[in-house]
Amino acid sequence: MLAAKKLEFVEELAVNTGVPLVSYKQVSKSFGDIKVIRELDFEVSPGEKVAIIGPSGSGKTTLIRLLMTLEEPTSGVIEINGEPLWHKEAKGKLVKADEKHLHKMRGQIGMVFQQFNLFPHMTVLRNCIEAPVKVLGMSRKDAEVRAKAMLEKVGLGNKLDSYPAQLSGGQQQRVAIARALVMRPKVMLFDEPTSALDPELVGEVLDVIREIAAEGEMAMILVTHEMDFAKDVADRIVFTDGGKIVEQGPPKEVFENPKSERLQAFLKRMR
Amino acid sequence: MNIWDWNYAMEVFPVIFKAMWTTLSATIVAFGLAMILGLGLAVLRRSSFKPLTWLVIGVSEFIRATPPLVQLFFVFYVLPFFGISLSPFVAGTLALGVHYSTYCAEIYRSGINSVPRGQWEAATALNFTSSQKWTKVILPQAIPPIIPMLGNYLISMFKDTPILSAITVVEMLQTAKIAGSGSFRYLEPFTIVGLLFLLLSYPSALLINRLEVKLNRRKVVKKEKNSKHKGVAA
Amino acid sequence: MTAINTYVELLPSLLNGAKVTVQVLLLSMIFTYLIAFLAGLGKLSKFKMIRGISTIYIEIFRGTSLLVQLFWIYFVLPFFGIELSALAAGVIAMSLCYGAYASEIVRGAILSIPKGQTEAAIALNMTPFQRMRNIILPQSLKIMLPGFGNISIELVKGTSLVSLITLGDLTYQALTIRNTNIGQTTEIFTSLLIIYFVIALPLIIIARWLEHRTSVGGV
Repeated sequence: MLAAKKLEFVEELAVNTGVPLVSYKQVSKSFGDIKVIRELDFEVSPGEKVAIIGPSGSGKTTLIRLLMTLEEPTSGVIEINGEPLWHKEAKGKLVKADEKHLHKMRGQIGMVFQQFNLFPHMTVLRNCIEAPVKVLGMSRKDAEVRAKAMLEKVGLGNKLDSYPAQLSGGQQQRVAIARALVMRPKVMLFDEPTSALDPELVGEVLDVIREIAAEGEMAMILVTHEMDFAKDVADRIVFTDGGKIVEQGPPKEVFENPKSERLQAFLKRMR
Repeated sequence: MNIWDWNYAMEVFPVIFKAMWTTLSATIVAFGLAMILGLGLAVLRRSSFKPLTWLVIGVSEFIRATPPLVQLFFVFYVLPFFGISLSPFVAGTLALGVHYSTYCAEIYRSGINSVPRGQWEAATALNFTSSQKWTKVILPQAIPPIIPMLGNYLISMFKDTPILSAITVVEMLQTAKIAGSGSFRYLEPFTIVGLLFLLLSYPSALLINRLEVKLNRRKVVKKEKNSKHKGVAA
Repeated sequence: MTAINTYVELLPSLLNGAKVTVQVLLLSMIFTYLIAFLAGLGKLSKFKMIRGISTIYIEIFRGTSLLVQLFWIYFVLPFFGIELSALAAGVIAMSLCYGAYASEIVRGAILSIPKGQTEAAIALNMTPFQRMRNIILPQSLKIMLPGFGNISIELVKGTSLVSLITLGDLTYQALTIRNTNIGQTTEIFTSLLIIYFVIALPLIIIARWLEHRTSVGGV
């Protein structure tokens, strides 16, 4: 079953080679007068792991929120597999997408939040099957099978009937990761997944993310402050500042040979 | 709008408008009573003499839980049997005042309870008498934040005054009833009364909202200041 | 005050009125909460028209007096061809009035749910309807309950107003009995107060319990 699924994925890859999985073209985002993202260009290839680092206010969180449709770009185009996210192809193209289109596109993206955002009125298992059943139309039984497998993978197979309030922060975040994974997105976004955790709980979450990254298939965009972790997991590091990508490259290059002054200053501060 | 008789409306408006003063004066008198009596109840409730506390709580809960209309009838029709005959206006404002005093008492309570314990202790340490504590330290801090809530109840009471028509106080609704029963046209009188209420209460409600926002802003700043001093997470 | 006998004698006739009072109360409660959700959600709608209508309805019925609304519905609507029984007029007026207040409770509760819940639901690609129905509403219901509890108590008190449009409720019965038994005025109104208190008591206990539940340990 798993082998057949993998084949499907690879075939899709073959069809779409040449087209990046995600692309931002001259994307800007302003909140009132404040321009948080400035004419930004950015691409992610299928299966690529990208870590975004940068000072607070540099726009890194906004960047991924735009992709998750939590914010709307002020200008520019974001594409998934060559198809515009916030716009619809209608003769001239610049037609703003409606909820139906967004819904269709959004299924390819998943997100893990800094504050976990588990549904407090549902058990761990229910948190993970709610979307597969209601959104993907899976049968409850199939959803439970998938969810249980995922929860086992993140090490919480024994907490199916617990409520979020009964779990530690690290456990809640791992459930959140399982909940997002169950939807099988093509790109998974992580918005500072460990920033809200007590130090001793950070490791267990990072381990889970490391494992997911090692499995390969899914592209990941991680906004994080954990530099060592980023170095480990990422294929490419992106450094943002002032709403633009200042520098990017393989971890070794970016961390050991920062070319721009701003990145150098940033790395020095993070030591 | 061919069913609306403008001539009749014009005819009836001045009478109803004049009655508005009765409505307003009843509101003010009753609410004044409510505010004062309510404060008394709130203070008494903190008494260390337990039976008094229980009495106050029992009576307040009973009054809050029963219809003001019935209390109105009680004051107007029953008290004369005990030698207290009141005019409709006085009976009405007394009954409404007492009824709302229980709500005001709750509001004062929440305001008083929100004054930090340290204030009481500091006042004791400075050897203030009990009444000094109340008037100089506690009430000045307890009252300002609750003013918007009191304001809302004032508007509430304003809208409750029509029940006074049941004991023949000639306020707006009663006037409209009289006019309407005379002409058999109720549309214009009742609509005018409704509109007059709306015209007075809606802007008042907006004003109170504004007041609340302003007071909350000050509270947030104060809270931040306090937490910086104590090193406590806000 | 005369003997307990008087009170006991009054009871049967008053209880007839109590039946009507409870009837009005229950019917009004149903429609009040129905309207509360409609208007509360309506005011949050993304469609300007729906938002506008909800807001106008809420402001009108919160900004005017219940008794005036009651009289308007009972005495004025016939001019427009709508003749309502006193019971219907009473229930409609109370539901519209208290529904407006309750709608603010609904709206406040929904708005108090942290934004992260909506965002997580969006991230899982739920439709707006699914988000509201499965994630936001269930959580907000717990928050609404204390406010609803208080509105229920207000409804009990409000029912007494229907006596003024001659609906045979508790208060009306009391006034009627009094007309022929002026000497028993004290007993009549005292019993009236007590019976209303007894009707309200279970609601008061539930309301206090709900308030206590959400403030201690909490959701």
